[in-house]
Amino acid sequence: MNAPQKVVGATTSSTYAVEGMRCAACIARIEQGLPKIQGIKSARVNLSARRVRVDHDPALAEEVIEQAFRNVGFDAHVFAGDKLSTHGAGSESRTLMLAMAVAGFAAMNIMLLSVSVWSGAAGETRDLFHWISALIAIPAVAYAGRPFFRSALTALRNRRTNMDVPISIGVTLTVAMSLYETAVGNEHAYFDGATMLLFFLLAGRFLDSLMRAKAEDSVAALLRRIPGEATVIVGAGQVRRPVESLMPGDVLLVAAGERIAVDGVVTSGSSEVDQSLVTGESLPIAIAAGAAVLAGTINLVRPIEVRASAVADDTSIAEIARLMEAASQSRSRMVGIADRAARLYAPAVHSLAALTFVGWWIAGAGAHAALLNAVAVLIITCPCALGLAVPIAQVVAAGALMRSGILVKDGSALERMAQCDRALLDKTGTATRGRLQPSNLPDKPRDRAILAALARSSRHPLSRAVTSALEGVDPAPASDLDEQPGLGVEGVFGGTRWRLGRADWVGAPATGATTHAAFGPSTGPFRVISFADTIRPDAAEAMTELRALAIEPLLVSGDRREVVDTIAAQLGIPGRSQISPAEKSGLVEAERAAGHRVLMVGDGLNDGPAMKTADVAMAPAAASDVGQMSADFIFFGESLGAVPTAIRASRRTMRVVKENFALAIGYNALAVPLAMAGSVTPLIAALAMSGSSIIVVVNALRLRRAAR
Amino acid sequence: MSGILFLLPIALGLGLAGLAAFFWSAKSGQFEDLDGAAERILIDDEDD
Repeated sequence: MNAPQKVVGATTSSTYAVEGMRCAACIARIEQGLPKIQGIKSARVNLSARRVRVDHDPALAEEVIEQAFRNVGFDAHVFAGDKLSTHGAGSESRTLMLAMAVAGFAAMNIMLLSVSVWSGAAGETRDLFHWISALIAIPAVAYAGRPFFRSALTALRNRRTNMDVPISIGVTLTVAMSLYETAVGNEHAYFDGATMLLFFLLAGRFLDSLMRAKAEDSVAALLRRIPGEATVIVGAGQVRRPVESLMPGDVLLVAAGERIAVDGVVTSGSSEVDQSLVTGESLPIAIAAGAAVLAGTINLVRPIEVRASAVADDTSIAEIARLMEAASQSRSRMVGIADRAARLYAPAVHSLAALTFVGWWIAGAGAHAALLNAVAVLIITCPCALGLAVPIAQVVAAGALMRSGILVKDGSALERMAQCDRALLDKTGTATRGRLQPSNLPDKPRDRAILAALARSSRHPLSRAVTSALEGVDPAPASDLDEQPGLGVEGVFGGTRWRLGRADWVGAPATGATTHAAFGPSTGPFRVISFADTIRPDAAEAMTELRALAIEPLLVSGDRREVVDTIAAQLGIPGRSQISPAEKSGLVEAERAAGHRVLMVGDGLNDGPAMKTADVAMAPAAASDVGQMSADFIFFGESLGAVPTAIRASRRTMRVVKENFALAIGYNALAVPLAMAGSVTPLIAALAMSGSSIIVVVNALRLRRAAR
Repeated sequence: MSGILFLLPIALGLGLAGLAAFFWSAKSGQFEDLDGAAERILIDDEDD
């Protein structure tokens, strides 16, 4: 089963989360369109997971692949979670599914024989049918029961008991007893019950394994953001050195487009840095000699020299990584409703079965009859409905949420989400779109085509914003396209030189304080394009909905007070400004200490510790990989309405889960006395077990519309 | 009774064949993307 990961020559695979894939045409467009780009070998769409695996040249940058997706009409983001591959991943789910198939096969075939026994087959025919049943049941139980036997053995070895101990004992005793009954030619054999029980239990386990998030090392992903090597200036020369060997005081040369490897101070040169990874701010920050820079940020424009002040584990990015590690340990202490039920279950069942055995023994029924009734109790109490109660509800709810663009990474998050009464929202990228929206773009098709050609040739954040705003515009053919670092891009179109860049360089008069760029031919007229990060369209309504759900929202941001206050006022919620990542996490901790359950909605690295500390976390699909990995829910699209939708669906899910528990317990309250009284025949056992499981499943199916 | 001697092995054999087919299809990854599989039938293959 562990076929080697497909790596052909110098090809690596990356997985992308892609929005808006719906139909065959989308699959065809992606799978046939992407390989046309130089360096992309192949693309494989997984429509159910809304992901695409791209096999490409390792040297190919993320941006190029994302651009390739945009060219065929889709928004894609690197999916940082578990790698989706045909082989390897989800091997636990697969083992459970195969075991379930075997148990299902055995249960169906044995049932075929049992029906004839129940309908009156007697004597030799009945014995023959019992023997054939045994022939099917024993290997099937040996194969399909392994997940339970293994877990029960581990528990017993550690001198503990878990849900699997009574299950294993029950199944083994049932099969052994039925074999004995068959051998002596008695009337009742429970092979059908044993296999059917395994089938239902495995169905519960299988669904549960689908809903459990794979352990993802978000901290390791974070530290990947620090480059492995840096160029150090030694005397008059330059040496490439691994970052571990850097010392505070070293002077580094950082090329344009390179990630800075240390925290430090710029000693010479001026440039702009993209700090979005650390601060979440989308706008590049201008830096000059004397300015502080952080490890993990990108130097955008010109080469600079940086004197290291903190290296390796002392950088602020490493500090964030440590905070996240500490926070993730606190969350794992949470015990879900299913685990609490399981803790009560095992001792209750053991004592009931023992009580039955002792009771009948004392009543003088003999060892055989007493054991028979005790085993009947073990079968009838087997937690089929109990085991299905939670996972089936989670699976159905997650499917409903998926259809409305919300990905549930971990089923238990639905339970944590349902209990929330506080919501903290990050500003940039969460309350706002997180990218700059250009306004005052030209209308004339020719101007648009030229602007598209210029913007596409640069990777400056402002150019990228223009490119995405001009999606679908065919760039005009250009000659002499050239990027002047720090100034802009220029090119010759039909004999005229056009520029896009800094206003004074293009020749336009500089205007106010807003972020802007100028665009025009060398002869004029010029057009000033201004940029702003706009609030998500329905953010204010989403906040009202949150309040209606008795959840108090709060805006938290590392940004300046005026900016935060403006956005907070637009949203109609209180805001806190200039909060560092550690303080954000502290704020969450304080709310939790005050007895609140906290939802953190964020996207950046700076939100990572707070998202890990919070009871439950949500992130937009455009979030950084650290944001995605810290989140339990990921929502696609522009709308912040996904947050109240997820909360409502989670609350409905928990209602159904509680109903399911009530049904499962009610079933036991009826069936257990019957079993203890010794009046459970194989027919009654089969009816009771499948009946209770089916009722639970049907009840959970009501959640299919939970995300409307 | 003699009919049963034929019918039972046939029924079990068919069931086993189905189970074997399921094992094969699961192991070759055919359940990885059910929605995609449903849509792919509509894609026109271009000879390349």
